[in-house]
Amino acid sequence: MQIEGEVRIPSGCAISGIMNKKGKAVPGEYIIRSISLMHERSNGLGGGFAAYGIYPEYRDYYALHLFFDSIASKKDTEHFINRHFDVSDAGKIPTRKVPSIKNAPLIWRYFVKPKAARLDQSELDEEEYVVQCVMSVNKKIKGAYVFSSGKNMGTFKGVGYPEDIGDFYRLDEYRGYIWTAHGRFPTNTPGWWGGAHPFSLLDCSIVHNGELSSYQTNRRYLEELGYSCTLQTDTEVITYLLDLLLRKHRLPLDIACSIIAPPFFKDIERMGSNESALYKTLRIIYGKGLMNGPFSIIAAWNNGIMALNDRIKLRSLVAATKDDMLFIASEEAAIRTVCPQPEHIWAPRGSEPVIGRLETGETGFGTVDVKEDKAC
Amino acid sequence: MIIVDSRNLNFREINEQIKLAAQKSKYINLINVNGQRYIGTGLSSSVNITIEGLPGNDLAAFLNGPRITVNGNGQDAIANTMNAGEVIIHGMAGDTAGYAMRGGSVYISGNAGYRVGIHMKEYKSSIPAIIIGNKAGDFLGEYMAGGIVAVLGLNLGKGDSIVGNYCGTGMHGGVIYVRGHVGNHQLGAEVVRKEMKENDYKKLEPLLRKFCSYFKNDYKDIVKGPFTKLVSVNKRPYGSLYAY
Repeated sequence: MQIEGEVRIPSGCAISGIMNKKGKAVPGEYIIRSISLMHERSNGLGGGFAAYGIYPEYRDYYALHLFFDSIASKKDTEHFINRHFDVSDAGKIPTRKVPSIKNAPLIWRYFVKPKAARLDQSELDEEEYVVQCVMSVNKKIKGAYVFSSGKNMGTFKGVGYPEDIGDFYRLDEYRGYIWTAHGRFPTNTPGWWGGAHPFSLLDCSIVHNGELSSYQTNRRYLEELGYSCTLQTDTEVITYLLDLLLRKHRLPLDIACSIIAPPFFKDIERMGSNESALYKTLRIIYGKGLMNGPFSIIAAWNNGIMALNDRIKLRSLVAATKDDMLFIASEEAAIRTVCPQPEHIWAPRGSEPVIGRLETGETGFGTVDVKEDKAC
Repeated sequence: MIIVDSRNLNFREINEQIKLAAQKSKYINLINVNGQRYIGTGLSSSVNITIEGLPGNDLAAFLNGPRITVNGNGQDAIANTMNAGEVIIHGMAGDTAGYAMRGGSVYISGNAGYRVGIHMKEYKSSIPAIIIGNKAGDFLGEYMAGGIVAVLGLNLGKGDSIVGNYCGTGMHGGVIYVRGHVGNHQLGAEVVRKEMKENDYKKLEPLLRKFCSYFKNDYKDIVKGPFTKLVSVNKRPYGSLYAY
């Protein structure tokens, strides 16, 4: 079977995101209902979800979700995990039989903390240590793939329609304060469980509809900075770009957004001198981080959610709010099916991010204006 | 009047129900619509369809005569390649409304998304029209080859712009009327402003009167303008693009 990277995949796709800004958990059935309304945007070759706040009893542990092709790859991986981490709990991720979901790999999860001595020895910070361990497994252990590695969150994905994937992973039994979902429309690949969205690294997860024409530029840029793009998919590149800008360079989220989808030079020329100096500088320093081509993405972290369109809005995106809830989806109907009467509903402009911050005292994303307040 | 409850129907079932109902009545009411695509595709008759809820993408695609009224918002590609008839949206429209439209008219009470009127065209007396009550997104009238687009700006908030950037990019026919100011930086390279003439008001009058009757606006107030008229610089902007 050919996997991601061996075949090119133009995609259609549907995305959806739901957040409770006060951190109250909502059941998984809402996001399943939302994404399944856009059934026609997918073709059954990929679906997935990211859920935040689902492992409160293990909130201090990294939850590693893994696909294994065989018992042998599981054994090799567990050997690796035991050398690098203290494992608090482990087990099969619960699934139920769904007729349309076939050829599932072995799917396990491990709640882990880095071994203190090894972490000291590595001279890395804890998150970087976890990232390097995840990369090692994915690169070096044949038939093993870490597809989720954050704390108190998890991604669940596979080959199938998203509603069937949600049923398969029994997501109706989970409750989370942020949910994102993806329905995929690859047209010329058999599909691979690891290649489905969301793509995630630590607590950052991405769902994406579109196609980056800047893929090679972005990939080379990231590889110069030590990332290795093994899947050759757009979504992997977006995830690493956000990881670079937010985790490594500690930029505010709206600055990261204006690196990925910057204003045009003709618009920079019309800005005041401070603003124009800022955006010119960003384009000089981070020019290779510009993502071109049609895209709409929803990114999520433990402390919030962000949705963004390409600069000329070649993919649809709608956002809505009601009370403490924020909804984002490819189609308005996917919002109204779970929230029939939102207070505010709007179509964000190209390159205008929709940002939802968790309002429970957690910090993150820097200290810039909250854009979505303005839009409402 | 025939009522079709669309709650658990997919788009094929809805369109079958519409065709059956159209044989018995001139008035069809679709209730509980949410997200079903292609409603009214290719329908040729003088039927009146009212939609309660939110129709999905490609509403009224290839429509050929009926009047479709939506009591709510619409999604993307409303009136895709529409040929004749009327679509009335009591709310906002998504991206690419009037995509390749070739006849009939679309009335939108609120905002419209990106690329409205993309590649509209006209032939002899078949001149399509899109009237937008408030504001439109970027690339309004992109590659427009014929027809009329009017944006009225009736409910602009502070700092709102009535049209977005790249207005009329690639335009080579037809006309855009904007009831308000369009900055130079918002214009595509292929359009120019022209003075409003009597003939322009003649073209606009029946469209604006209908708009006002559907959405209860004051015609006298709207027609005062002032309008910015945009037309293409020439008919074949890319005629020599690949002629090396």
